[in-house]
Amino acid sequence: MMHYFNIFIQAVFVENIILVFFLGMCTFLAVSKRVETAIGLGMAVIMMMTISVPINNVIYHYLLRDGALAWAGLPDLDLSFLGLVTYIGVIAAMVQILEMVLERYFPQLQHALGIFLPLITVNCAILGASLFMVEREYSFNESMVFGIGSGVGWALAIIMMAAIREKLKYADVPDGLKGLGIAFITAGLMSLGFMSFSGIQL
Amino acid sequence: MSSMPTTDAYKCKVTLINPLFDSNPITIQVLGICSALAVTTSLKSTLIMCAAVIAVLTFSNTTVSIIRHHIPASIRIIVQMTIIASLVIVVDQFIKAYAFEMSKTLSVFVGLIITNCIIMGRAEAFAMHNSPGLSFLDGLGHGIGYSLILIIVAAIRELLGTGRLLDYTILPSVFEGGWYYPNSMMVLAPSAFFIIGLLIWALRTWKSHQVEKDQ
Repeated sequence: MMHYFNIFIQAVFVENIILVFFLGMCTFLAVSKRVETAIGLGMAVIMMMTISVPINNVIYHYLLRDGALAWAGLPDLDLSFLGLVTYIGVIAAMVQILEMVLERYFPQLQHALGIFLPLITVNCAILGASLFMVEREYSFNESMVFGIGSGVGWALAIIMMAAIREKLKYADVPDGLKGLGIAFITAGLMSLGFMSFSGIQL
Repeated sequence: MSSMPTTDAYKCKVTLINPLFDSNPITIQVLGICSALAVTTSLKSTLIMCAAVIAVLTFSNTTVSIIRHHIPASIRIIVQMTIIASLVIVVDQFIKAYAFEMSKTLSVFVGLIITNCIIMGRAEAFAMHNSPGLSFLDGLGHGIGYSLILIIVAAIRELLGTGRLLDYTILPSVFEGGWYYPNSMMVLAPSAFFIIGLLIWALRTWKSHQVEKDQ
């Protein structure tokens, strides 16, 4: 139990996928102007990561890994080079399915997420989480915890960023730094803050 | 008829040169920093990463442009995605085959070129509407404009963080009997944000029409 909790804390704070690995920067900077939209996007990312990382984990372990197809009588086959295409395909398909399910059962939530859901397909953070899962050789349970953790970490970062940028509107920023420039400096300061979590181990 | 080649040549030049400073993908369009910023701790890995991005961007632009009349509009995203993913797999296997050590350093970030917004963005915005030749130049120009910023960031981080550039000692550090105290924050994540922020500031002071309007 402690082991899983540790993976979760690592993914949320110590190795925050955006402030330490810079994944999902484009959306992070583009959609962090209002807290409300940031929360919507954050929720969508948490959902997608929780679903897509474990599914890719299963696909990797039973189809793509070196010797994974032994159950089909092909013990020498190594399909891991197909990984990239497969993961992105799974993510794109999951986004579609999630959208349909939400539309059918939770129209309110689907309306709130709006355009962000389809956009998530090209969010580097989602694919990044799956690739990290493969590289670190997580088991199924670990991958599930890691998926939730990475999602929560990403959502936390973008909501904080949006809150800061809402206040920043009233600040007197030098001309050249307006908008994008100051957003980068703010992200740097946040990243600096998250550095203080490094070394935490439960 | 005689003026046609000149206009074409001019168009080519604009397509190639504009992305360097005037519409730089990173500082103006905020595209595609995701996958590459994490490898800017050393100049060598950044150079390899930039070469990979330029290769994928140029070939995906050209390929999409060649088949642009045959792609049904409703599934164009999936088609583009498949082309990009296949190219990235080729690049990934190439790096694994010829620079295995480097592929370990770059770890997942080569694969993440797939979701690099700049590649998808150029395919969608430019290659779908222009001839293969122009799309090739557009891909090359944006790739170089993108690399330019990353190489500057990497050079600053490596030089100030370790006192070395590409294995040559520039500032002899105190650990090797020199005078320079390496600034270890430069090899950590926050410095990359600060450097890009300051670069944007510098570029917008130089080209002041790029300053964002108040909302």
